[in-house]
Formats: sequence, C-alpha cells, structure tokens
Amino acid sequence: MATQITKTNGHGGVPGDGSDGQPERFLEGNHTYQTLGDKIGAIVLTQKPPRVWFIVAALAFLLVNVLLATITYLLFKGVGLWGINVPSGWGMDIINFVWWIGIGHAGTLISAILLLLRQQWRNSINRFAEAMTIFAVVCAGLYPLLHTGRPWLAYWMFPYPNWLALWPQFRSPLIWDVFAVSTYMTVSLLFWFIGMIPDFATLRDRARSRFAQIAYGAVAMGWNGSAKNWHRYETAYLILAGLSTPLVLSVHSIVSFDFAVAVIPGFHATIFPPYFVAGAVFAGFAMVLTLGLPIRHLYNLKDLITARHLDWMAKVMLTTGLIVFYGYLTELFYGWYSANVYEVALVQNRLFGPYKWVYYALLFCNGFVPQILWLQKARYNIAILFTVSMFINVGMWLERYVIIPVSLSRDYLPSSWGYYTPTVFDWSMFIGTMGLFTLLMALFMKFLPAINIFEMKDLLHRMTHSHKNGHGHANGTDGHVTGEPLQSGFLPEGTPSADRNGG
Amino acid sequence: MATATHVEAPSGPGLYGMIAEFDDSEALLAAVRRTREEGYRNMDAYTPFPVHGMAEALEFEDNRLPWLIFLGGLGGAAGGYALQYYINVIDLPLNIGGKPLHAWPNFIPATFETTILLASFAAVFGMLFLNGFPRPHHPIFNAKRIELASQDKFFLCVEAGDPRFDARGTRLFLERLPGVRHVSEVEDGDD
Repeated sequence: MATQITKTNGHGGVPGDGSDGQPERFLEGNHTYQTLGDKIGAIVLTQKPPRVWFIVAALAFLLVNVLLATITYLLFKGVGLWGINVPSGWGMDIINFVWWIGIGHAGTLISAILLLLRQQWRNSINRFAEAMTIFAVVCAGLYPLLHTGRPWLAYWMFPYPNWLALWPQFRSPLIWDVFAVSTYMTVSLLFWFIGMIPDFATLRDRARSRFAQIAYGAVAMGWNGSAKNWHRYETAYLILAGLSTPLVLSVHSIVSFDFAVAVIPGFHATIFPPYFVAGAVFAGFAMVLTLGLPIRHLYNLKDLITARHLDWMAKVMLTTGLIVFYGYLTELFYGWYSANVYEVALVQNRLFGPYKWVYYALLFCNGFVPQILWLQKARYNIAILFTVSMFINVGMWLERYVIIPVSLSRDYLPSSWGYYTPTVFDWSMFIGTMGLFTLLMALFMKFLPAINIFEMKDLLHRMTHSHKNGHGHANGTDGHVTGEPLQSGFLPEGTPSADRNGG
Repeated sequence: MATATHVEAPSGPGLYGMIAEFDDSEALLAAVRRTREEGYRNMDAYTPFPVHGMAEALEFEDNRLPWLIFLGGLGGAAGGYALQYYINVIDLPLNIGGKPLHAWPNFIPATFETTILLASFAAVFGMLFLNGFPRPHHPIFNAKRIELASQDKFFLCVEAGDPRFDARGTRLFLERLPGVRHVSEVEDGDD
C-alpha cells in the first residue's frame, strides 16, 4: 500500500485519485493565490473563532491561574512543596522539563530539517509546529527556573562580570543546558518571526481595520515583496534552517548529558544522545498531530493539511518510535551485557521493582500501540491517529519517569533507597503548564497566520507550473495561470524539485 | 493591455518610477528579461512569493549576507571558547575532582551554542539591515494596487534613476510587454 503512494507521488499526476477518499495531494480544492490568502487570512482578520475556541481558551486560562497559584505558593514555601527529596532530588519537575523540550523538537525538525531536505509537504504545517516549539520551550523553561529554588537569582547562571567574583562552572553539563535551552529558545523565536514577515505584510494589506493595519504593518517592518528583499530573505532563511538543524540535535543531546555524564545506573549510558533526540521527534510529531487534528477540523483546513500530510507524519512517528523502542531494548541488553551488579539491579528494578507498572505502561504506549501505524487504513483514520498520538504523549512522559525517579530512588546503597511520589502540587504545576501551552496556542490561532501563506502560494505555483509543462505550453506569458482552478488529481512534486534554490 | 490612449500629465522630478502589473510570475519573469535586454538597469520586481530565477533575471547579486553569517559564527565560536577559558582557567581556577582546568572537551557544548547563536543573530539582523528594515515607508507604496503584491499580483518597477528612463518612452515600452495588465507612475516621496 505504501509503495502505491510512493509510485503515484513520483509521477506528474494521476487524475481522479483525490476523489475516492484516498487523497494523494498536499493541497486540495480549487485554490488560487487569492483563495489561499483569503482562507488563511480570514482566520485572523475576519472570521469569528469557532465556539470551541472560546471554551478551550477559557479552560486554558483557568489552568493558567492554577499554574500561577502553584508558582506563588511554591515561591512562598520552597521546592519541598514538590515531592522531591533525597534520594530523588529530581522528580516531576525534571520529567516535565524534558517532556516539554522534547515536544518542541518536532517544530524545528519540520521547519528546518524538512526545508533542507526540500520536503514541500512541510509548508502547511511548519508555522504552527514552530509555534508549538516556542510555547513548549516556554513551559519547559519554567521547570529548571523554579527548580533552582530562587528563580530571581537565575541570572547567576549566565556569565557576566559581577562583584561576587562569581562565574558559571563550564565543566558541568547543567551549565551547558542553560546555554543550549536559551540559544534554542532565541533561535526558534527568530526563525519563527522572520518566517512570518511576508505573511504579516499580506495581512497588513488585507486588513480592513486601522488597528490591524498598523499592528501587522509594524511587525511586517516595511516588507514590500521586492525581489532583492526576497533574495536576501531566502538566503537568511535557508542558512538559519541550516543552523537550526545541528542546534536542535545539540539541544536534546545536551539535555541527555545532564543524565549521561552522571554516574547513576540508568543515567550513565552512551546511547542517550541519539535515543533522546529520536524520542523528542517521536513525542513532537505526536503533539503536532494532537494539536493539528482538532485545528484542521475546527478551522476546516482539510484542503491545506491533507490526509497525505497525516499519513506522512504517522510514518515519521512509526520510524522514530522504532528507534526509541530499540533504545529500550539496548538498555536492557546493556544491563545484562555489562555484568555490572548495579546495572543488572537497575534492569531488575525496572522490570520487577516498585515502579514496574510505569515500565510496562511505557512499553505498551511507545512500543506496542504505535505498531498499528503499519496499516495504511490506520494512518488515514483520524480517530486512530489521534488516539495513538495521545498514547505516545503519555508514553514519552512515562519514559522520563522511568529514567529519572526510578533510577534515582535506588542507587548504589540500599540504605539510602527511597520511593518517589509526586505531590498534588507537582500535578497542579504540570496541568498548569498544559493550560499555558493551550492558551498560547489558542492566542496564536487567533492573532497570527497559522499556515504559511507565501509558501502555500509557492507550492500552488509549483503545482500549476509543472502542470503547464506537462501539457506542453510552458512559455507562461499568457497571464492566466492563477486564474485557472487547479486541475483535480494533479500532484505536486513530492520529491525535491531541482530548481528549488538551485538556480 | 492597458489603454495606450490614456496619457497622464508629463511627470516632474517627483517620480520614483514606472510600474507594470502582471497576473503571473512567468509573465513577470519574461518581462524582466525583456526590460533588461532593452537596456534598463535600475528596477525591481514585487511578488507575493519568492520567484525562482528572479534574482538572476534582474542580475541582482549580493553575497554579503553569507559572509556576515560566517563572521557571526566565527565570532561566536572564538568568543564563546575564550569566555570559558578566561572564566575557568584564568579568573576563577577551581579544582573540581582533579579535572584539568583547561578541560577543552567540556568547553565544546557551550562553544557550539554560542556559535549557532551569533551566526543566527547575524543571519536575522544582517538580513533586516541589508534590506533596510524596519522601513515604515517606501516610495513603492505610492504605487496604485501595490498592496496586491502581497496577494496575487506581480509587479515590475523601472526606477526613474535609470539612465534610460523616460516617463513617456518607458511607459510605452512597458505597455507593450506581453501579459501586462496596468502601467502607472509611482510618485517619489517618503511620506
């Protein structure tokens, strides 16, 4: 079944394929440049948000208040409010940090790596995936910040001249983390922002209200679509994608160093960097689907985020899921093969210890459930995709639970063993960050262009252009290309097009 | 084809250029090539998405940005490493578990991050700077229908600064280009 898709993808077009419920295209419907702008622009400019938007935003706002109340009480009482205590000095705070930052990675993967690989199917999902990255990193950043106990002194982690003669210690992975996460946040914000500049200009020129014209005009910074500006813009965007790619790999590698450099059994493993990065992509794609499926339905974006997008995202999840599962098996093998009493004890602790239910739930969520995505029917079924992605979201959280408290609560000395239990404030903080994430996503959907308008126009242009070539009148001076509705069954180039940035 | 009979008053010095509108990028690309063949040099195209081959057609070349980014990265790498060396070796030498003070592998992660950070700053702010952003107003915004350049129309503006520019002659030339929809004057002035 999968080969059939690849085959039709490679050809210029197979008429009629889109009509039988097996859509094979990345842009459907009779779109023109104008209708693409209308549809995406209207979500921000004229359309009243769907009723569900208000319900979701209100609930999320409520949860943000839960978060704020928790943080206030936490600052008042101290981090002992969380369930962390010797021997588990890290608990849900670090689990959630790693979980959120991992979720962020799919956004950068989609926007940067798929851009470099010239995968044009990313065009309709990259913008909200990038937004997801930034909001996830915001949620992630809260945890280490508050975990310091005195967040008002967090600037001590940055190297700046001061009268305390105090400097950060660069031989510690925790300070690498400060550099990695703050660079990741900054570069993701810049990437997101410059990606939106041409779309801000589109909104500025479409807006009817004076306020919207001024607001979008200000952030468009005077963009006028000049070819000279586009030339520098594309250079900057492409190089930034090239910089973001090693950056995203470095961030989760460095997060994994927080563990791998330590000598705790279960932490000290060389497989951690690639295993963490694959897990991050796995979790991130699950979150893209968790958000994308409802957004696609509510805003009726089925023509822009097609079933084929969902199919490909499911395949990425399946692949990275297998890598992650391989990581689990390697950890078991490593424990046995090391013949080290502590490593063997760790494996026994995972399989038969007090947290064994977490480990089995993890294997079920991340190892077993995603295997249904081998079936093409499952990849085209919205309900199944959504359920699988929810399982993965939970599974990736459990994975960090298995790594952190399960390892920490039983290290070398049985006399210092303990049992980690999260408190109600761990949970209220976690649910609160979910509220913050959801509220930020809701505001993003309302105020910013959720789909990249100019890249969709570019995609449409490529589709109509190769259509014209296919029919032998490519001189292109008759001036009617955009007026023509897109022919049904017509395919974009799924494979990299030779002229992309290559001229 | 715009109506050639509609002749506007001869333009004075307050003219930025003459702008022609097209319906699609291929027509615009062909028009740009034709205009250059005619000998015009000072011109720019305005499009809703990046048209590939347009920079080549305009013979526009600007390689400063990649160099700026490279210098940013180089500065980030050298600066990041030097900062760590100064802090952990010179200014605050602490013996941590007998590790060498200049434990260079431990300095690599932060060096890598500062490299990426400064190169990205150079990419973003360099692009904004070279493009002259933020620029609240540009004479091209005086053009009629130019707001469609961010929607679905494609424009070519021959600037008055071009030695061959002549309001009447340039207008007649642009009006004869295949696929052209409208031709109009663009007034100069920043506000």
